[in-house]
Amino acid sequence: MNSDGPETVKIALVSCGSEYSGVQPEFEAAAEQVNAKFVYPEIDVESIDNIGKEFGLEVASGDLRLMMARARAVVEGLTHVDGVFITTCFRCAEAAIVRNEVRRYIHKHSNIPVISYSFTERTSAGTLLTRLEALTTVARRRHLLAREVQTGLTAGIDSGSTTTKAVVMRDNEIIGRGWVPTTKVLESAEEAYSMALEEAGVKREEVQALGTTGYGRFLIGEHFKAQLIQEEITVNSKGAVYLADCQKGPATVIDIGGMDNKAISVEDGIPGMFTMGGICAGASGRFFEMISKRLGTDITELGALAVKGMQENVTMNSYCIVFGIQSLVNSLAKGATPEDVAAAACYSVVEQLFEQQLQEVDVKEPLILVGGSSLIEGVPKALGDLLKINVLVPRDSHMIGAVGAALLASGYTED
Amino acid sequence: MVKVFIYPVNSLILADLVERFGHEPLAVMNQVREKVTSISLDSPPMNITPEDPKIGLRFAAVEVPAGVRGRMALIGPLIEEAEAAIIVEDPPVNFGCVGCNRTNELMKYLVRSKDMPILEVRYPESEDNASEFVYKIAAFLEALSGETGEETNDENKPGPEAENKGEPAEERKT
Repeated sequence: MNSDGPETVKIALVSCGSEYSGVQPEFEAAAEQVNAKFVYPEIDVESIDNIGKEFGLEVASGDLRLMMARARAVVEGLTHVDGVFITTCFRCAEAAIVRNEVRRYIHKHSNIPVISYSFTERTSAGTLLTRLEALTTVARRRHLLAREVQTGLTAGIDSGSTTTKAVVMRDNEIIGRGWVPTTKVLESAEEAYSMALEEAGVKREEVQALGTTGYGRFLIGEHFKAQLIQEEITVNSKGAVYLADCQKGPATVIDIGGMDNKAISVEDGIPGMFTMGGICAGASGRFFEMISKRLGTDITELGALAVKGMQENVTMNSYCIVFGIQSLVNSLAKGATPEDVAAAACYSVVEQLFEQQLQEVDVKEPLILVGGSSLIEGVPKALGDLLKINVLVPRDSHMIGAVGAALLASGYTED
Repeated sequence: MVKVFIYPVNSLILADLVERFGHEPLAVMNQVREKVTSISLDSPPMNITPEDPKIGLRFAAVEVPAGVRGRMALIGPLIEEAEAAIIVEDPPVNFGCVGCNRTNELMKYLVRSKDMPILEVRYPESEDNASEFVYKIAAFLEALSGETGEETNDENKPGPEAENKGEPAEERKT
């Protein structure tokens, strides 16, 4: 989303009947905010009776068969769209199977960006905005995402739910960093940006272009008159492959944030399939904060503690943050060591990520772990142990959003 | 005149048949018409708002998907109102379909739980079966008129041979 008036993006809405769930206006509102328009691929009604056999997935619900027929219309080019949004009811097993398979089918047979989401009647436009923004960015601004080198003097600010990060970059080098807890969104951004400028030794007016990302991106973007205001899925994946020096070919980016997690399948630096999770903060950085507090240790020391511990010694399930804390209290009461508890916490968060999100993206190496939680040594270790692959944590992995924003913003210095 | 719930609940053919025999078809089209014309259009195209899945809680618990509860907010009251029902099993989509099989299962269960005349027939697969299919529905509707003391056409009245005809109609009358 930026100020140059983006063209309308056509997104195929492939759903199990969201118009029956009271969420359709929220879908439309989110689409309008990113200047996208939902279209409904036309199909022959009679094909719904046969599509199950042809697609290979026979289900009883007519609207799920309609989803398959519409996906086929998109893949075969009968309906031209720039992206696909696949969505079904939360808690419906039949729909979950179709949603996943239709998403895989479109991804396999076309280059059209696709996202999937399961909704409840309480799904809001705000929840969908980041996802649709990422989808439309991939569809609309591939040229911007193709940028591999930062040029000129640019800055990026990532206003996250827990911390605010800022970097200043010059000619492909990070020359200033700022990292503060997020309290008041604007004040925290000012503080982090000032820190980065001070370290870089440059004045604010010298910065040629600024990019903002994260939850507070719109507010701080307007305040600082940013050239680029961009959601964190595209920015973080760009920042991750840039810092890990994996800009060509496939990669998987996992960002364990303060409030939610992202798992992004990337090809040549451009996000393909992605999921943005967080049923509960139990699977996010917030859980580590709570664990540290309860163990009476600083969060920066939690990782070193975890590496010394054995997760097998403690049963911990952070599917829900309340249950996770309950496990923590019970295990400490039984005499578990802080090391084992810290290791179990890292493993539990990674396990949630694996169960809830990594099933929806193709995990291809290199696996790049970013976000503040990547600095907790126990987390990449637990992830590597679970997936049996080497986990790459690039330098400045916690600054990923700010770096990605500064990198992408440099596209505006040449305009 | 009997209020007859039809399944599929949006089948124009069934609704028309019911009407032809002087009964009132309880079809979802009327509910949708009311939704999109009687109040402001807050949630196009169906005007189902987040309040509807909450109304649907009368028929299905909160862990049931929102799409089922939203559909039941429309269909549930029809079942409550019904005095008789016709269920056509395994119809093709163009005969009628609400799109969600969980809703179908719940709908049929609620219908069968009511103490009222119900005809269950399978959608015909051949022309011969089609005549029998229509005859069975006609006979059922005629019989309903008889039960309410209305005048009926004796020629169309269901005789004993009309029941248990076997294929295609796997008939259940209660």
